[in-house]
Amino acid sequence: MRDVAVLGVGMTKFGKHPDKSLVDLFAEAFYEAFEGSNIELKDIQALYYGNFVGEMTDGSGNLSGFMADEIGLRGIPAIRYEGACASSSVAFREAVRAVAAGYYDIVAVGGSERLYTAGTEIGTRALATAVDGVYEITAGLTFPGVFALAARLYAKKYEIPLEELREMMAMVSVKNHKYGAINPKAQFYGKLGDLKVEDVLNSRMISSPLTLLDCCPMTDGGSAAIIAAADLAEDLVDTPIYVRGTGQSSAGGLFRQKEDIIRAVPRRTASQMAFKEANMSPKDIDFVEIHDCFTIAEIIATEAMGFFEYGQGCYAVRDGVTSIDGDLPVNPDGGLIGKGHPVGATGVSQVYSVVKQLRGEFKENPVKNAETAMTDTLGGDFGTLVNMIFSVHRR
Amino acid sequence: MRFVDFFNALLEGKVIGQKCNDCGSYTCPPKATCDECGSRNLEAVEMSGRGVIRTFTTTYVAPSGYTEETPYTVAMVELDEGPWIVGRIDLPNEEVEKLGQELIGARVSVYGKEFPTEPFYPDKKRRVVPMFKLER
Repeated sequence: MRDVAVLGVGMTKFGKHPDKSLVDLFAEAFYEAFEGSNIELKDIQALYYGNFVGEMTDGSGNLSGFMADEIGLRGIPAIRYEGACASSSVAFREAVRAVAAGYYDIVAVGGSERLYTAGTEIGTRALATAVDGVYEITAGLTFPGVFALAARLYAKKYEIPLEELREMMAMVSVKNHKYGAINPKAQFYGKLGDLKVEDVLNSRMISSPLTLLDCCPMTDGGSAAIIAAADLAEDLVDTPIYVRGTGQSSAGGLFRQKEDIIRAVPRRTASQMAFKEANMSPKDIDFVEIHDCFTIAEIIATEAMGFFEYGQGCYAVRDGVTSIDGDLPVNPDGGLIGKGHPVGATGVSQVYSVVKQLRGEFKENPVKNAETAMTDTLGGDFGTLVNMIFSVHRR
Repeated sequence: MRFVDFFNALLEGKVIGQKCNDCGSYTCPPKATCDECGSRNLEAVEMSGRGVIRTFTTTYVAPSGYTEETPYTVAMVELDEGPWIVGRIDLPNEEVEKLGQELIGARVSVYGKEFPTEPFYPDKKRRVVPMFKLER
């Protein structure tokens, strides 16, 4: 298999875009990525596009061809990937594998989604299509609900008083909003940067014990990246960012995973796959962009990826280990909570942040001396999990 | 077993699962393969219909199709035979809030309750929710 590297990345500002279609959002992100890649349009051989619920939010499916045609890539193979919130991470990983296998040399990747504009009721129902469509949705299980179930189980299992856990969860929101508020691409840029734990605890209850500020927002946005075989990339850009390892795993419904929902077993499988491919371990990672769809989700993720023991992730947040100046900065771009979560675009937006950081271009909240970083994208209630490791070093 | 069979039985007060003739473990709700060992050598059985609450959440913001029913408390119950199922706790919201984490571990029995279906639900005639009644 060949080495693969990222040439360029792009993303729209995340937030509310009632005046831009799914195609408009993707095209905007794509051209930012393209302009940094030093290639011509005709060099792009295929498009890997992620979108989750275009049918429900925009009445639009069969999206990949429209995307390719819009950006001037008429006729190339264009494939839509759907893995709930991990849609564009799945697309990215498949693109990497196709280039690594030698099938393509240069491809475009990305995603777009419009959940903010869809409104809370349609948006919540659209997101809930990622739970078991027969046995879970019938009870009205929502995504805040999934992680609320996990939070209560976590508190019980690790014998932490719920109120104590809620405070540590709130610290995730405070941290990620602090970073989101200084990221110009973030939905909450310039907002909520000085939240207090009490603000999170006292905000509107969504699904007990999760309040509004424990949840990421509904977001419209687009993201894109251009990737190439590493040998080519080295001739095209000054600082190729190498894809050192990727992993993916799956699971059935929450009720099939039982108590494992707080251990996120598919995430452990996917991250170990990525570490093995990269010949690395958690100590080699300088920072991570993690799928913090909810505060408790970030805590569970850091444990499942192997950075902390099970049941210890909450204390890492409390003790500042996951802050920008801690041993393992988590979500320096604000994460889903501060930056926003345009589902199908989220995974490649994590790649955007990682690439910008590793190139020293993420001026607002730089991770000092970062050379290697990891992404984590969760689709559904652990049904699709993708972890990827990026580095400035080829081997 | 078809998914409607599970819900039809639930409305008659029965929880239907499958016993694996290879490893002896139970799968519920029904599945094409044993949830433990993957065997297809399964036999439909009536479960005890009793278990304990392992976790729960009261939902205040519901998806379209479910908003009339808020607030409702979704729970995962571990049945005595081992499988976990998703349903709702049959308690007024005030009592749920009062009991809080103490509800975890409480014994319940399961029955089915019919609700109006919604455009995206697979059963276009009705929607049956497993309900968990606290054993006092």
